[in-house]
Amino acid sequence: MSENPSIKKTVLFDLHVELGAKMVPFAGYDMPVQYPDGILKEHLHTRSAAGLFDVSHMGQLVISGADPAKAIESLIPGDIQSLAPGEMRYSFLTNDKGGILDDLIVTRRGADLFVVVNAACKEQDTALLRDGLRGQAEVTELADRALVALQGPKAAEVLARFAKDVATMPFMTYREMTIAGVPCFVTRSGYTGEDGFELSIPLDQAVTLCRKLLGEAEVKPIGLGARDSLRLEAGLCLYGHDLTEETTPVAAGLLWAISKRRRTEGGFPGAAAIQAEIANKPAMRRVGILPEGRAPAREHTEITDEAGNVIGEITSGGFSPSLEIPIAMGYVPLAFSDVGTKINLLVRGKPRPAMVAKMPFVEQRYYRG
Amino acid sequence: MSYRFTEDHEWVLVEGNIATIGISDYAQGQLGDVVYVELPSVGGDVSKGDELAVVESVKAASEVYSPVSGEVVEVNGELEGAPTLVNEDAMDTGWFAKIRIKDASEIEELMDETAYKSFVEGLDE
Repeated sequence: MSENPSIKKTVLFDLHVELGAKMVPFAGYDMPVQYPDGILKEHLHTRSAAGLFDVSHMGQLVISGADPAKAIESLIPGDIQSLAPGEMRYSFLTNDKGGILDDLIVTRRGADLFVVVNAACKEQDTALLRDGLRGQAEVTELADRALVALQGPKAAEVLARFAKDVATMPFMTYREMTIAGVPCFVTRSGYTGEDGFELSIPLDQAVTLCRKLLGEAEVKPIGLGARDSLRLEAGLCLYGHDLTEETTPVAAGLLWAISKRRRTEGGFPGAAAIQAEIANKPAMRRVGILPEGRAPAREHTEITDEAGNVIGEITSGGFSPSLEIPIAMGYVPLAFSDVGTKINLLVRGKPRPAMVAKMPFVEQRYYRG
Repeated sequence: MSYRFTEDHEWVLVEGNIATIGISDYAQGQLGDVVYVELPSVGGDVSKGDELAVVESVKAASEVYSPVSGEVVEVNGELEGAPTLVNEDAMDTGWFAKIRIKDASEIEELMDETAYKSFVEGLDE
């Protein structure tokens, strides 16, 4: 691979190379897609023990001001004002048509908000938030922090060896604590469907802390390849694929992330479109899909009805290492969205039978306290 | 007989007028964990350069092209239940298909093991 001078590296780059990672460009960063174990083993290790993921390419922002929770609600449909300090919520930036510009996680800290956004969208999001909140709140990028995720059924046990208080943190909460001597922002959250944590770490101490975590017997480094198969099994959306400016939270099945108050009051971009879509039902709906047989159906695979008419498209698809079968998600007309509906997938031009299926494909195992 | 290779990392092993075809160890390493192999139909004709099979790894689908022209006389049915044979034993039990060779001169155009080795070494990682 030739050197691309514009590609960015996270602070953990040298550690990835030392661990034997295969590096690939992703969202402008040179990122580990897998380590020598390979995606299958990394995936299964995360489901049975604990995996450490570098997600430092993602954007970390702080929004401060007189009432940042109220202010940000003018740009996202999430109910941020109802969050108590230390609570966090999944939401999205929407456009005037109710399309999704990015998905993000908003944490209410003491007086400010801590926001994590997708790597590929972070510049656009930061500009949008700055413009939209001008005069009400200030947006600061935390360029001096790395972000890693420790995920899996052993994540809490491992992390508690360094900071025992993490054990009792419920899912979707935030705390500032010292882990092995390093001051971290800790959230109990993740993108694998497993119990786990994300740690925001000062850049200059990130390598040291990661080495300590990797020194624990249960922990292995996990690349972006397994991160993708893990989140697909958990039924979680990937922005730019399952969610785009053309998809609304209603079509994407993410209405659970818009509270009754926000649905009624509106006051965010695209509120009218989303309210109308709630009332009239969306034309298309995101569904889980189980292809018959063993051939995976990838993103952009066309979905047809049994008569052969193209009715939709796969937006994420691959092989489930946990279930050892292909799994996918995609959009179909509402009339085809019931679990058990028979459809066909055009894989390499040939129709292959498949069925609309319940998601998540693998049960989520979050710690609710 | 000895292995011959294409620049697309297929290998060919000829016995009589039958060519056994697979992908190289280098190729399986690049693909990663193989989860599915779509094999051609027995009895079908292929021309050199045609798509012969598709290998699906966890990451992506990759085409395998036929290094020779001829009729598909056998496919490796073991791969259906055990696609990881491609990773574990790419050069032997992980073979894909056997083809009755139509034009033996096509084999001569392929790289021998030494040439393939230096070809792979010359590839940018």
